[in-house]
Amino acid sequence: MLQFRLKQGAVQPTRRQFLIGTAATAGLAVGYRLIAASPAAAQAAPAEAQANPFQAYVEITPENRILIHSSQFEMGQGSYFGIATLVMEELEGDWAQVDVIGAAGNTGLYGNLAWGGAMQGTGGSTSMTSSWERYRKAGAAARSMLVAAAAKEWNVPAGEIEVASGVVSHASGKRANFGELATAAAEMPIPNDVELKPRDRWTQIGAENLKRYDSRSKVDGTQTYTIDLKMDGLATAVMIHPPKFGAEVASFDPAKAKALDGIVDVIQTPRGIAVVGTNMWTALKGRDLVEVKWDEAKAEKRGSAQIMTEYNKLADGPGAATARNDGDAASALTGAAKVVEGRYEFPYLAHASIEPLNAAARFNEDGTIDVWGGHQMPDLYQMIAAQIGGTTPDKVKLHVMKTGGSFGRRAVADADLIVEAVATARALGPGKPVRVQWTRENDMRGGRYRPAYVHAVKAGLDKDGKIVALHDHIIGQSIMGGSPMAAMIKDGIDPTSVEGAVNLPYAIPNLKVELTTTDVKVPVLWWRSVGSTHTAYVMETFIDELAAAANRDPVEFRLSMLDEHPRHAAVLKLAAEKAGWGTPLPEGRFRGVALHESFSTYVAEVVEITFKGGSDFTVDRVVCAVDCGIAINPDQIRAQMEGGIGFGLGAILQEELTLTEGVVDQENYDTYTPLRINQMPSVEVHIVASDEPPTGVGEPGVPPIGPAVGNALRAATGKTIRKPPLIKSLSA
Amino acid sequence: MVAFTLNGEARTLDVDPDMPLLWAIRDVIGLTGTKFGCGMAQCGACTVHIDGVATRSCQTAISDVEGASITTIEGISGKVSETIQAVWAEMDVPQCGYCQSGQIMSAAALLAETPKPTDEDIDSAMSGNLCRCATYQRIRAAIHEAAHRLEA
Repeated sequence: MLQFRLKQGAVQPTRRQFLIGTAATAGLAVGYRLIAASPAAAQAAPAEAQANPFQAYVEITPENRILIHSSQFEMGQGSYFGIATLVMEELEGDWAQVDVIGAAGNTGLYGNLAWGGAMQGTGGSTSMTSSWERYRKAGAAARSMLVAAAAKEWNVPAGEIEVASGVVSHASGKRANFGELATAAAEMPIPNDVELKPRDRWTQIGAENLKRYDSRSKVDGTQTYTIDLKMDGLATAVMIHPPKFGAEVASFDPAKAKALDGIVDVIQTPRGIAVVGTNMWTALKGRDLVEVKWDEAKAEKRGSAQIMTEYNKLADGPGAATARNDGDAASALTGAAKVVEGRYEFPYLAHASIEPLNAAARFNEDGTIDVWGGHQMPDLYQMIAAQIGGTTPDKVKLHVMKTGGSFGRRAVADADLIVEAVATARALGPGKPVRVQWTRENDMRGGRYRPAYVHAVKAGLDKDGKIVALHDHIIGQSIMGGSPMAAMIKDGIDPTSVEGAVNLPYAIPNLKVELTTTDVKVPVLWWRSVGSTHTAYVMETFIDELAAAANRDPVEFRLSMLDEHPRHAAVLKLAAEKAGWGTPLPEGRFRGVALHESFSTYVAEVVEITFKGGSDFTVDRVVCAVDCGIAINPDQIRAQMEGGIGFGLGAILQEELTLTEGVVDQENYDTYTPLRINQMPSVEVHIVASDEPPTGVGEPGVPPIGPAVGNALRAATGKTIRKPPLIKSLSA
Repeated sequence: MVAFTLNGEARTLDVDPDMPLLWAIRDVIGLTGTKFGCGMAQCGACTVHIDGVATRSCQTAISDVEGASITTIEGISGKVSETIQAVWAEMDVPQCGYCQSGQIMSAAALLAETPKPTDEDIDSAMSGNLCRCATYQRIRAAIHEAAHRLEA
């Protein structure tokens, strides 16, 4: 079963054996590569089946390149850089030698260890957790093989050989680069085990001045994404999707489009009509000429306002399932000295990455299929591509492209883009590659949103201002329901609906979290930080309100309930201290604080806003403290906190996706409005020094920013805003 | 037939006169550093310089660039642009990197016009360029740093 979320202690060390050999496949450079024989299946596989240079962690070519095959997908969050850092720490190469490419097609090698290794994929901020031991060991094994080869060739003891910055040397004056030793190294005995460097000898992990190896390609236009693919005869397909979710094609007339010069074909796929042209502009012109009649019998026809009304009715009743139940919340509320209640509403949100979604596919004469794209869930995509392509997964070769963002959108259980690209390529026939390129409008209206939610919250304080009970009833769609991850749903609880609420760290004796999962055909998906996008806002604004009701300082009030959670307490204290919590502010300026753990990373944020009245305010400053265990790339941790804060801030201030009679109202960035530079606060990030194993940073910066701003606004206005987006609520 | 200069080279194209410059650059000429993000001048990923002015190529018809001098990310040169690119890489501004060609084209046009921009100047010149990774803090810092180095 797929273990999609990180569980403490779930990461099993990789087996300590590596398979070494020459990559002598015809047409490929001879070198050597390492395969960790982690699963029994991989060990049992015949050697020829493993003699594939794409099935490796680290490859060193005779041309002196270090090629790292990353199990983790790169969408901007820096996982390639993080993994390369782990390899380089042990390998001691030169960063100028490094290339990282996305690997796929071998679960045994690339399965995500934070999910139990059963499936390759990137999500839940698990890349460093999964890679921490695997890639350091691969680097160390490669180094030891290079040293062994040099020792043999130079006839000196291996212990006298040094490796630094990609050069292997001996005091006698012998020197060689990695490339010169690579072929001989492949013949060396396999190291049964490798010793990893102790922390006091690290030069890469935790290095403040280490820069991303790939930034240059992103400032001169040379980094290529799926949209930039070039190959002989590559056509471009644009999609016509159903106007309502769940609608199907009744009939369509391609004649006018096909008559247009440059239109290659008009193809019905399982997900809509693909209009194929020789280039994007031609395909777009052709698309305008296709007439489609839709069968809306099974379509979702409700608007978002109606959906919210229904959710609110459900919130009035009892929850369908209970996710956490400590003590007796109902009785404690009855006996409380003071009861505070709140009803929160959260809209659908779009990922809206700037690279509009896309994928490319080509059927080959030999029956194989090549598929290019943002393969965030490669094992699933390989399987689904095979189904749509009418073949077996081993015939599907995935090419993992770097993507212009994802924020969760490229990890789709039914592989929407892959289905469209493979179905279109199959219809075109062998030797005719095609790239399906969504427009911004396709992307915005293509579903897979952060679900809309309602929370009905109630809490009781005793006469001393202590929280005696808290009850949260969450209403909304399940992300995992109906997907291959549905096995994760236990007793009616999709963990992604309640995360951030069920693990509330505060010492509250009577705590109940209920869930009512709804049936709506608007497709939903994980969106950067998933459940914590709404639970953190609810819990942290509500706790703040309770602090006010108890006449307590928000930081001190939280700390008084965190005796059992030192890592939470430490980031809160650090952020408060660095932000000057409690010091006077100029008139019109207000502070707000929030604390949240997601994906085993602890983050506290203190914001300062300037409030001018009505809906007129600016977020000026954010002080962030983060504990993500061992800091692998400190500057990238800062970058992810900065970016997560900007991403979360745009959402809480002004992002909202609505539907009218089943049709999404927003089509482009004029009406769906991510944060822009003029709204970006100054952000300072403080990283907690730690010896704990590393956890992720892609998502955890997001959850606290919304409630921190909400709390600053409550400080300014006396009211908690319970219906983000905040600017809209303040304007109402 | 439209004649123009692209990155210093004379070009003539025989394409649909309505074709946006963006698709002519990407699909016909084959320079892919200029990105497609929205198709309606809302995100700035397609920003190029037309006669030195930062312009959204997705909303510029190819027929409108007759005789113009166009520069894309692949063709920018000179002290201002090269300083911006160097600082951008040194400060690890990009995350996914997809919007960064457009960001750099806008930043280069800003610094060419306003060598010592204030935060307000930067907000005004750069607010048409979306970055979904929200690298804005580093973009702002990189523009100030580039301005500082160019002054020296």
